[in-house]
Amino acid sequence: MSPILTITDLHKSFGDLEVLKGIDMTMQKGDVVSLIGSSGSGKTTLLRCVNLLEDFERGSIELDGEAIGYRHEGSERRRLSERHIARQRAMTGMAFQQFNLFPHMTAIRNVMLGLTKTKKMAKDEAYAIAEKWLERVGMIERRDHFPGQLSGGQQQRVAIARAIAMNPRIMLFDEVTSALDPELVKEVLAVVRDLADDGMTMLLVTHEMRFARDVSSKVVFMHHGRIHEEGPPEQIFGAPETDRLRGFLANSEM
Amino acid sequence: MNYDFNFSVIWRNWELLAQGLGLGLFLALVSIAIGCGIGLLAAFGMLSRHRVLRWIAVAYVSAIRNTPILVLILFCYFALPQLGIALDKIPSFIFTLSIYAGAYLAEVFRSGLVALPKGLREAGLAIGLTELKIKIHIIIPVMLRNVLPSLSNNFISLFKDTSLAAAIAVPELTFYARKINVESFRVIETWMVASLIYVVACYVIAWFLRQLEQRLAVPR
Repeated sequence: MSPILTITDLHKSFGDLEVLKGIDMTMQKGDVVSLIGSSGSGKTTLLRCVNLLEDFERGSIELDGEAIGYRHEGSERRRLSERHIARQRAMTGMAFQQFNLFPHMTAIRNVMLGLTKTKKMAKDEAYAIAEKWLERVGMIERRDHFPGQLSGGQQQRVAIARAIAMNPRIMLFDEVTSALDPELVKEVLAVVRDLADDGMTMLLVTHEMRFARDVSSKVVFMHHGRIHEEGPPEQIFGAPETDRLRGFLANSEM
Repeated sequence: MNYDFNFSVIWRNWELLAQGLGLGLFLALVSIAIGCGIGLLAAFGMLSRHRVLRWIAVAYVSAIRNTPILVLILFCYFALPQLGIALDKIPSFIFTLSIYAGAYLAEVFRSGLVALPKGLREAGLAIGLTELKIKIHIIIPVMLRNVLPSLSNNFISLFKDTSLAAAIAVPELTFYARKINVESFRVIETWMVASLIYVVACYVIAWFLRQLEQRLAVPR
């Protein structure tokens, strides 16, 4: 089976600061990969590169066999057109730490916007799909509420529905519970777990170690812009090989 | 002071004053509508990545904001025809007031845009929207709701500025007041009533705009 995501020798700098120093990674359909590591290790940047929210200078990312973001003409590397990149972005779904719901739209219109404006679906078709996903994340009764009228956990569930309604090949979760009050974390993690159980391919950046251990098929520990150690969760959490990872885990809440 | 107040000449001319008020409101409405379009373009221009666009937008905004509006009105009406752009009184005034409103609104919109969380744009990108669609469906509607109170204030200022159209004989409220004053010599009565009409009109407009703000506000 060909991988759904292939990252090869990915390099990314912000000015003089190199935050990704050659990342290689592959994911198969249905994989759930958790990126862990201290802040500044490059895990969020890696996730944002996959969604082309960040440019990268070297290396390549292939999504379902298609090179994203850039094309090569001989030895020249060119950024794809905005329209092309927009289409590729829609192949990935992203949930953000700060939810980023559109504040002037109800929950269901938030979910519908990408369907009607990117996928050019008819309104009623988009409405039906949006209803289906709001139902799935337990937000159907709040479909006509505005983001300002919802709790953080509820907003995040709507944001996840908005991303996944686009039918992405892979879902990206960027610390989706970090901005939440502790009592709201559980309801969001339950939604993520439900999607994982359903076979959704997912790449997530998380600080919830116990959750990463439960839900992941693979855990990747990043340090200073490199993959420092990776493996199945039992190995990463049960028998870490490097001192660095042991030190990181000792300082994390389990 | 011994002065016999006599308002009868004012009452006799109430139709003229009403017409003048109506025209003033019309001028302000049209100008703020056009000004919003200009202001949006200028605001995006000021925030553009392209130096030339930025420079043009900043030059426009600072040139207009640093010129007295009366000078702008006279310039457009008397000087532009010499340069081959001849407009009638009313179109000329609408042109001036729109350009003027555009420069002030550009500043309002610019700060509104800067204040938006950058996650909004990224969330739009993430669902595959292009930059233009993000602006149309997300950035502009959210920003406009946020700046609505300043927009209301600008509209009221603009309405009061329509009195300056009297300088080029546009028949709005101030123009008719001056006419009544000259013909009747009831100086105090005329200008008292004219002022009062402006005050009441501004209050009514402000009340109406507050209702609008509440209706359009994002529920929370």
